[in-house]
Amino acid sequence: MFYIHCPYCDEHREEEEFHPKGQAHIVRPADPENCTDEEWGDYLFFRDNPRGIHHELWVHALGCRKFFNITRNTVTYEIYETYKVGEQPSVTAERLAAKEKQSGVQVADGGWQTVGARPESLDLNASNEEERA
Amino acid sequence: MSDTTYGNVATFDTRPDMAIPRESPLSVAYHRGSVPAPSRDGQVLLEEKPFLGHLILRGGAIVLDEALREVLGINLPGRPLGLALDESGECSVQWMSPDEWLVIVPGGEEFELENRLRSKLGEAHFAIVNVSGGQTLVELSGEKARDVLMKSVPYDVHPQNFPVGKAVSTVFAKASAILRRPAEDRWELVLRRSFADYGYRWLLDAGEEFGIGVKR
Repeated sequence: MFYIHCPYCDEHREEEEFHPKGQAHIVRPADPENCTDEEWGDYLFFRDNPRGIHHELWVHALGCRKFFNITRNTVTYEIYETYKVGEQPSVTAERLAAKEKQSGVQVADGGWQTVGARPESLDLNASNEEERA
Repeated sequence: MSDTTYGNVATFDTRPDMAIPRESPLSVAYHRGSVPAPSRDGQVLLEEKPFLGHLILRGGAIVLDEALREVLGINLPGRPLGLALDESGECSVQWMSPDEWLVIVPGGEEFELENRLRSKLGEAHFAIVNVSGGQTLVELSGEKARDVLMKSVPYDVHPQNFPVGKAVSTVFAKASAILRRPAEDRWELVLRRSFADYGYRWLLDAGEEFGIGVKR
């Protein structure tokens, strides 16, 4: 169970009260009449499925019924922050990677598709297994 | 019925002038289910407060606060999860979301209140919806009332987390309800009409071990 901080109610609530609504920060093409089919298709149907940091839209369905954003890690399920709609995340994959690189820690990088996974994932899994062992 | 028009909004009194028999949302439960009488050693007391006036106010906090103070004499709770009551304890205003408040007044007063608020607010950007028919208020009291709630809601109802003057909208018995604490020894549940029968039966079941009684 998640214990989620609602930025509007300003307190932590049980996951039961919330519904996930998919990827956040999806930008509608400015000129739908003149964009390509591919652009429109990407906007309507295609979503990121990252391993690592993901920005998601959630709704406090049984509380204040407001939509807000969550930055969370899809590997560890850790929630880094929640912020109101219209605000920008302070925790992003780039910033976290840069920060952890400085401290010499290898991290799962967010933002790449699991479909057709890149070869780096093998290294990543191998290092994880070493850590577990 | 006294209909009034404010700009492009027409209001009408939903309460009939004639004496028509009316039934509370719990009437079916009273007829078909059990109604345990309050006993001397019962530790929980359930009482429905039917036919109250429920209004949903939406709009900017500053504009609504000004109007409400003048019309009802209650400050709009500006902080999240706030519940404000007047001195008699009969009128209350509850924070629902950043731009939404629930006002509960004694039954029959909601239409006049709505009209006075509308004329006071004038051209401001706001909405008032009368939801009196859609929900009912159930009051729990007694020393084990909190224990019944602990069995029914995932929300933390410990006095440290839930002081008097707090009101949350949360999960109740796998459905949704508003939970309020207007006084030290009383808890209020605002149940939707269609869930009232279910919620009532749930409360009877949860309160059985504490000898729950129903005051009618």
